[in-house]
Amino acid sequence: MPAFKIDDQEVEFIPGQSVMQAALAADIYIPHLCFHEDFKAHGSCRICLVMQNGRYLSACTIPAVEGMDIINIRDDVQEQRKQLLELLFIEGNHVCPSCEKSGSCSLQSVAEFCGLLSPSLPFMYPNRSVDASHADFLLDFNRCILCELCVRASRDVDGKSVFGISGRGSNAHLVVNSADGKLVSSSFEKTDRAASICPVGVILPKHRGFKVPIGKREFDVTAINERRENDAG
Amino acid sequence: MPDKIKIATTSLAGCFGCHMSLLDIDEKFIDLVELVEFDRSPLTDIKKISDCDIGLVEGAVANSENVEVLRDFRKHCKTLIAVGACALNGGIPAMRNHFTLQECLEESYVDGMGLDNPGIPDDAELPMILNRVYPVQQVVKVDYVLPGCPPPAEMIWNVLSALLEGREPVINARDIHYD
Repeated sequence: MPAFKIDDQEVEFIPGQSVMQAALAADIYIPHLCFHEDFKAHGSCRICLVMQNGRYLSACTIPAVEGMDIINIRDDVQEQRKQLLELLFIEGNHVCPSCEKSGSCSLQSVAEFCGLLSPSLPFMYPNRSVDASHADFLLDFNRCILCELCVRASRDVDGKSVFGISGRGSNAHLVVNSADGKLVSSSFEKTDRAASICPVGVILPKHRGFKVPIGKREFDVTAINERRENDAG
Repeated sequence: MPDKIKIATTSLAGCFGCHMSLLDIDEKFIDLVELVEFDRSPLTDIKKISDCDIGLVEGAVANSENVEVLRDFRKHCKTLIAVGACALNGGIPAMRNHFTLQECLEESYVDGMGLDNPGIPDDAELPMILNRVYPVQQVVKVDYVLPGCPPPAEMIWNVLSALLEGREPVINARDIHYD
């Protein structure tokens, strides 16, 4: 089997696998947000950047090649990730103490793993809405990181295209594909793959709230880097 | 005997939860008061800060008094530590940033439920409320940040004890929590 190295550890791969896929198969954690094993790589969050031959590349989109010498966990690489995470935090409204997703939020857990203590850039505090129209699900757009996992899940698995991204640049935002833009008027159902894919606290099931107390949640129990990819419910 | 290290603490727009977490170091507090002397702090009720070694600031910056206190802390503290979610990103108080100040004041004092004498307070003694709530590090330079709502007592103790011993504080990734 061909192989390459991640942080000096030998990693075998099947030709065609990305660096991320090979790493996951070898139980090596590369921090990521928009990547998910069940979906085609999106390469948009850039958190999975690794260094190869002096250049930063996103692990989810580069194919593994024999003899690669990838640097994953090193201060300068983590520093780049911290800056990207910082941008995600300042561009949205991520108020962890009041968020139901806290403790099982990938953004929070990845930032903690990368050692982000505090953003140094000014917060934008954008004005974003909440859509509580649906009986079983709440949409809180304040926390969207534009990973497009819900877009991909709804389009590629559910065959519905309930979600989409509208606008460009800093105006890019998540929208619901229905006549009035409300979730209740869309074909969204609680059994959809899109209903359980959000890595942050945008698509939240109602009537669950704080049933699992903070401190006992998914990433409180097992840090994101110690967990197998598909452990998440 | 050398002078004790002086610590000042304050809560700006906060809930005093971070101060409660400081008290949660429990019996280590006895070790702490052996090593330090508290200057301005809700624990001492001293109102005016003098020159200190370490300043702990909880809460966000929401009004003109917060700005004054914070600048005073920066001026008098060799090391300034922003403690907790509100200090580092505005936290819960900053959730008002999505509304205009006028809307917030009217919601509370004009249209609020059960008001006896509705009207926005305008006593000259009251500090002016800022247009937005700001994190501490957007107003003054901060030396260290402790995230969390509140930061765990253990984390506060680790950072304080490192500084007291002249070591650079190290915060492990697993100890970082934003909630």
